[in-house]
Amino acid sequence: MTGRTIVLASEVPFPPSVEDFYLPSIVPWGGHDYWFTKITLLLWITVAMLIIFFLVAYRKPKLVPTKRQWLAESIYGFVRNNIAVDMIGKEGVRFAPYLTTLFCFIFVMNLWGIVPMAQISPNSHIAFPIILALISWVMFIYLGFKKHGIGYIKFALVPPAPWFILPILVPIEFFSNFIVRPFSLAIRLFANMFAGHMLLLVFTLGGFAMINANALLTPISILSWLMTIALTFLDFAVIALQAYVFTVLTASYIQGSLAESH
Amino acid sequence: MKSVDYLASEAEHSPIVPLWQELVLGSIAFAIICFVLMKFVFPRMEETFRARVDAIEGGIKRAETAQAEANELLEQYRAQLAEARTEAARIRDEARADAEGIRQDVLAKAREESDRIIAAGTEQLAAQRESIVRELRAEVGTLAVDLAGRIVGESLADEARNRGTVDRFINELDATGPTGGRR
Repeated sequence: MTGRTIVLASEVPFPPSVEDFYLPSIVPWGGHDYWFTKITLLLWITVAMLIIFFLVAYRKPKLVPTKRQWLAESIYGFVRNNIAVDMIGKEGVRFAPYLTTLFCFIFVMNLWGIVPMAQISPNSHIAFPIILALISWVMFIYLGFKKHGIGYIKFALVPPAPWFILPILVPIEFFSNFIVRPFSLAIRLFANMFAGHMLLLVFTLGGFAMINANALLTPISILSWLMTIALTFLDFAVIALQAYVFTVLTASYIQGSLAESH
Repeated sequence: MKSVDYLASEAEHSPIVPLWQELVLGSIAFAIICFVLMKFVFPRMEETFRARVDAIEGGIKRAETAQAEANELLEQYRAQLAEARTEAARIRDEARADAEGIRQDVLAKAREESDRIIAAGTEQLAAQRESIVRELRAEVGTLAVDLAGRIVGESLADEARNRGTVDRFINELDATGPTGGRR
């Protein structure tokens, strides 16, 4: 037991650093190449899982659904009715497929953060949230121009306010609508997943560090590991919430672009 | 040793600078998943939802039609039943009237028959009475003659036969009979 602890402790230095997020390649010849890492593996597994699940569940749709078909329909129905239609209105049905894909993708990517053996979310690498945020950003701007033509610039930047306050409001609107939105989307998701992983690392490695430093600290180490388990549950809530928030905000931006007036 | 390694490489990574390899792979992966799910899965779900709504609404409509049909049939049956009832009542009335007529007929016939029988009886009686009277008349004459002969004498019989006294006497009796009865 002690020997194993020491071995583990020597393998995992404390405190955890940002470098713990950048794992070496999983192919033997890869070295520190980033094409084949645990992160990209989890990414491909996510894609494969979702595609296989939905294709299998919806291979032969029936009016009276089977259990798996019902589950797939419930996921879609949840995003369609509770996010797309609620936020955007009747037109939202058009965006439901994308929003559902987005929601499922983020959710499963996040979920890896608490899946045993995986235990790191690809979304804790900012590259993936950036891609998703960029798509949302391009999408709502494109929809705005499509709906309002060139008038979208005025629509988005000039709020109905007295003229003398516009010099202040217009830059603020520009900043908040076109710069902060994509950043906040990407960073919110990334930071939550990053922090979740970091917390689990701190409490897991901290337990080893303490037991290694002094045998008398064993109870506190155990407490620390129990905290890891508790934090895993907390992390699950964060995972679901962040997937939901990202989708809802995207829907909300789309709604803002499609609105007739402020 | 290892921690030195980590410290050395720590400068390489900043958590908010994306790795370009991951940007590329992430874009490809997300594009694939979007393509498949948005093309092959979710539109079919919308179709299924629509089909389900159609099925339910169609079912309700079918049920309504069936209900209306059933109501119509019920009305029809009721009307037929009422018709049959009036028909039955009419037939009953007719039968009653027929029965009454037949009864009257039978009665009339019976009365006629009885009248006829009575008439025949009366006639027969009269005839019998006539014949009896005739017989009696003859007998009474004979008896009276016999009696008178016995009283007056045997010889008178021949004489009475010869002169027709007895007949005369009887005829007289006949003529005075009714007045004699009153006396």
